[in-house]
Amino acid sequence: MEQNSIVTISGLIKRFPIGKGHFTALNGIDLTFSKGQFAGVVGPSGSGKTTLLNIIGSLDNPTEGKANVLGQEIGNLSTKKAALLRRKHLGFIFQTYNLLPVYTVFENVEFPLLLLNMSGSERKKAVMDSLDWVGIADKVKSRPAQLSGGECQRVAIARAMVKKPELVLADEPTANLDSENSHHILQTMENLNKDLQTTFIFATHDDKVIKYLKRKILLEDGKVTADDIITN
Amino acid sequence: MLSLKLAWRNLVGAGLRTWLNVIVLAFVLFMMIWHYGLLDGWNQQANKDMQAWEVGNGQYWHQNYDPYDFFTLEESHAKIPEALNKATTDGIITPVLITQGSVYPDGRIQSMLLKGINPDQKVVAIPGTDLNTESEEIPVVIGRRMAKNCKLQEGDITTIRWRDVNGTFDAAEVKVVKVFNCNVPSVDAGQMYIHIKKVQEMMQAPDEATMFIIGEDFEMNETVSGWEYKDFDFLMTEMNEMMKMKKVGGSFMYVILMLLAMLAIFDTQVLSIFRRQKEIGTYIAMGMTRRQVVSLFTVEGAMHAILAVIFIAIFGTPLLIWLMSVGMSMPAGSDDMGIAIAETIYPVYGAGLIIGTSLLVFIITLIVSYLPARKISKMKPTDAIKGKIQ
Ligand SMILES: Nc1ncnc2c1ncn2[C@@H]1O[C@H](COP(=O)(O)OP(=O)(O)O)[C@@H](O)[C@H]1O
Ligand SMILES: [Mg+2]
Repeated sequence: MEQNSIVTISGLIKRFPIGKGHFTALNGIDLTFSKGQFAGVVGPSGSGKTTLLNIIGSLDNPTEGKANVLGQEIGNLSTKKAALLRRKHLGFIFQTYNLLPVYTVFENVEFPLLLLNMSGSERKKAVMDSLDWVGIADKVKSRPAQLSGGECQRVAIARAMVKKPELVLADEPTANLDSENSHHILQTMENLNKDLQTTFIFATHDDKVIKYLKRKILLEDGKVTADDIITN
Repeated sequence: MLSLKLAWRNLVGAGLRTWLNVIVLAFVLFMMIWHYGLLDGWNQQANKDMQAWEVGNGQYWHQNYDPYDFFTLEESHAKIPEALNKATTDGIITPVLITQGSVYPDGRIQSMLLKGINPDQKVVAIPGTDLNTESEEIPVVIGRRMAKNCKLQEGDITTIRWRDVNGTFDAAEVKVVKVFNCNVPSVDAGQMYIHIKKVQEMMQAPDEATMFIIGEDFEMNETVSGWEYKDFDFLMTEMNEMMKMKKVGGSFMYVILMLLAMLAIFDTQVLSIFRRQKEIGTYIAMGMTRRQVVSLFTVEGAMHAILAVIFIAIFGTPLLIWLMSVGMSMPAGSDDMGIAIAETIYPVYGAGLIIGTSLLVFIITLIVSYLPARKISKMKPTDAIKGKIQ
């Protein structure tokens, strides 16, 4: 394993059973992500991006090969150990925001901290900091239904960032957003990446996102066909 | 506890459906407490009345006496035994001599029990003093039911017949000197009370008795030969059995009501687990263990019961207290059921009843909430996040 790599994938194969046979969604992936990267898995719909992110996020297991995330072997984790890994070290951002509808903005962002048994005053400070980063601190008392899509996604980012995780996985975060909101969100995440050294891995086929990436991994039919570090 | 806090947020957020479930559950719970409280109140009142009018603090029965067999009454009396003599004279226990007879109201024949009692007895509440009335006819006292049945009123004169020890029929005119009102049908219906001396004369059985009713302050350690001691609980067995049956009978209704309420909660749980897959997936992605999510949804369901109890504590308690004070008037004719029943029953809502019933409802709700929630642990988080499980 490299010095500061936080994700190491080798020979990863993922097959889904379909009828009597199976479908190979990932077909021999070798990848390493280092701390602080702002990377994206790019490729057409159905190429396996979500499947890859799910395995890195310990929500799914490899069929073959290895996926080591923050020193833990995903395939060997019990569901409880996997839950603890996610709880402590991973943040998720989804295309559909996945905010809890009956909770206020504050309560949504507070949620990961409740799982970590943080005290009330610590939670309050962390939540307000996080809402400041994404620029939505004035909406603490609102509920998701009262927010625009862009605002919802900012709350989702605040929720992913509030515990300052090592790694954030963002699956098509801009797919439901207009270009202005997309840029705003990407800028926010770029800043967080710089300020907190948080590693980001995106799955996207949106050009607006691709422009911001510092590393672009092209995935086609379950295989990595290009892996470029972008410097400018 | 975390899941309590989260469950509360979710439940309140779910709005109307939650409150509907809570109200249904609270209604069932209230009905159960109300009804069982009524039965308990009835039971207490019946016990009290039966003790006051019939059972006393126990009885001595002549060894042949069988209250269910009128035909053996003729062999079921004997001289007042030495051992009970003093207590009898002191009025601590009172003798009753029973025989079969018939009365002829309006020319109809109606059989009955003639009960000879001491007019001055204070052991049970039957008003005997009027039996001392001087009159040409034999003075008798009857209860309201007997009076209604035979169309007799105070002051009426009628004929009675009985058999003496030799088995020959004899007849006499009697005068109703008093009609008493009593909640205990078994001391009233089909019975006529006469001065015990008169019955002893009628039966040619001087100083004899069929049984004794025991009052307070009576203590007796030795057995009285030829007589059987029956304690209070024994004499109440039938009554208690009947009350138990009534409770069981009433329970069927609550089983059905509970089933309906539980169906509503089960349905809510199934629906909410189905509709909230994405939320469940999100909980798991954020690092909740499956067990935590299952317990969150279980607590959410069970909280319906907690809210129902709180609901009753707030709105039901004043109502129950009010019902306890005004009592519940029983419809006319309900005393034909043969159980002692007052015109107004005062329900008794004991802590045991309320806590027990609430706990029962809570535990059933908990189980019903858990069953559908178990399904969560079989969900694949990757599917749940997208909300695409069928
Ligand atoms: N649970 C599953 N069962 C069967 N096939 C699946 C499952 N998940 C994904 N796939 C298939 O794997 C392929 C890759 O899916 P996915 O990773 O979602 O692609 P992307 O995110 O790049 O659009 C698709 O063809 C999809 O149909
Ligand atoms: Mg995808």
